[in-house]
Amino acid sequence: MDELGDADGELFQLPTAEEREASKANGGTDILDIQRRMQMCVRVLGNFKKLAANGRSRSEYIEQLLADIGSYYGYNDFLAEKLFQLFPVSEAIDFFEANEVPRPVTIRTNTLRTRRRDLAQALINRGVNLEPIGKWTNVGLQVFESTVPIGATPEYLAGHYMLQAASSFLPVIALSPQPNERILDMASAPGGKATYISALMQNTGVVFANDSNKARTKSLSANVHRLGCKNVVISAYDGREFPKVMGGFDRVLLDAPCSGTGVISKDPSVKINKSFRDFTLLSHLQKQLVLCAIDSVNPESRTGGYVVYSTCSVTVEENEAVVDYALRKRPNIKLVDTGLEFGREGYTKYRGKVFSDKLSLTKRFYPHVHNMDGFFVAKFKVEKRFKIANHDEKDVRSKTGITSAEGEQGGDGDNVFDSDEDKPYLEENKRRRMKAKGLRVPPRVSTQLLAPSA
Amino acid sequence: MRPLTEEESKAVFTKLANYIGKNLVHLIDRPDEPYCFRLHKDRVYYVSESSMRLGISVARPNLISLGTCFGKFSKGGKFKLHISSLDYLAQYAKFKVWIKPNGEMPFLYGNHVLKAHLGRITEDTPEHQGVVIYSMNDVPLGFGVTARSTIDTRKLDPTAIIVFHQADVGEYLRDEDTLF
Repeated sequence: MDELGDADGELFQLPTAEEREASKANGGTDILDIQRRMQMCVRVLGNFKKLAANGRSRSEYIEQLLADIGSYYGYNDFLAEKLFQLFPVSEAIDFFEANEVPRPVTIRTNTLRTRRRDLAQALINRGVNLEPIGKWTNVGLQVFESTVPIGATPEYLAGHYMLQAASSFLPVIALSPQPNERILDMASAPGGKATYISALMQNTGVVFANDSNKARTKSLSANVHRLGCKNVVISAYDGREFPKVMGGFDRVLLDAPCSGTGVISKDPSVKINKSFRDFTLLSHLQKQLVLCAIDSVNPESRTGGYVVYSTCSVTVEENEAVVDYALRKRPNIKLVDTGLEFGREGYTKYRGKVFSDKLSLTKRFYPHVHNMDGFFVAKFKVEKRFKIANHDEKDVRSKTGITSAEGEQGGDGDNVFDSDEDKPYLEENKRRRMKAKGLRVPPRVSTQLLAPSA
Repeated sequence: MRPLTEEESKAVFTKLANYIGKNLVHLIDRPDEPYCFRLHKDRVYYVSESSMRLGISVARPNLISLGTCFGKFSKGGKFKLHISSLDYLAQYAKFKVWIKPNGEMPFLYGNHVLKAHLGRITEDTPEHQGVVIYSMNDVPLGFGVTARSTIDTRKLDPTAIIVFHQADVGEYLRDEDTLF
């Protein structure tokens, strides 16, 4: 393998800048050539000292590779570079390759209506080929092929299951809702996660399913009713209004609006229409939302006090940077283990940025590693605010201040009120007040008295 | 969101009684938790009191739904049951109709139930009685009104209509925009 690589490496000539311009003018290189060139670049970058041509720098190879990725997979330059930087070179190619392949179709059993074994049997009888997703979930089924449309079987219409990506089970598992709690799902449409929460609570307590987009609440409401979730209140607020509308939740799930770089296989339009500005706007919104989510939690909750933050994006500024921001802004929260057994640890430092060490407790999921959508999950525990202690201290101090002042008054006679001396001043003030009200003022009798005292 | 007026509750309860008869009391006297009916934007919701109390803090324009939607009042003041009430209707139904597997899909596309598709029917169901419709493995699929009594169905030909369609779970897909 290594020798073969050596041989190819000698054959491979990295085009110079002029050559690239020339080929661009001729209408671009053949797609097979691009593919071959990408493989070569990856190989050279993997063992640069040995394989690189003399006088060519690493950045030249990377530049060529990025340009090729852009034209081969159809990304804009900005996004290609951003995603490329997340991984080592060969893994990055795997990631881009995985984004071209659709993820498996998965469904979630609605435990309010049926059991997974019964559902699997019913669907097999209809000619669906399926299997449990994995050991980490006891409600998920993976569909390999089907002779009937999965989204229109009588079982689907009767609410026995929900079409739901495997990755969107994860934040709910991390949230681990308990019966009789009050839970908020801040951005819930179309309701996959909200109904899962409701099912895990067995229709007790209350789930607030919120979504800022009123048009999307229709499908949310349809799903909630179809799956028989009776403890759900659906609202259409902007998530940032939340602690004002209502607070005191035991747990809050924030599946934040994101760029969707984890679900490119589902929505390829992301490849071209995301720019630098989108990322700044989105991460700004996410930072606002995560603080609102934290503030909506009741820190004194006996069973809960947790916030789960998740996105279907893989970029660092939408994930680790937002979590790190929340940790800095709210001293009363800490990161805790998500309770998910697999997934990669979040970055604690990335391209010169250093985040809190605790960010290793967050989890990342990738299409090329876990065969599910790119995803990020972080779980916070909200504790009581320290400020309460500060208030007490202040109170005590001000109280002691008062008592000492009283003590002084009682102690020495210097500060005793002298009513005779005060009388002219009081009189003067009274006159001024009456004047201000527009009343007739009595003649100033006490002027003589005032003059000597002043 | 407000409680129903006397007239409105009368309309709702008579509609419900058509399907579940005296079992209506089980909806109001529940052993687990007090439940209540609430009207919001012409729709009637059946919701636990604890949920309702929390739902009060959501402003009227922002509240989309709470608990289970039972149906809606038309502009003329008539009450129409929606498919989302099926859970409770199926739980307390007095008269039931089971349809054969080959009749499931035609019914889920909004057609009436034909004699040929009839699997089983509750004994002595009268004519024009509200019934809940199940598949043969007891999954509720919708509800309707009988066209004939049980005894009369025996001598009908296979294409005759047995149950007039009123609502089916297929509406979750077909009428998602108007239903919610």
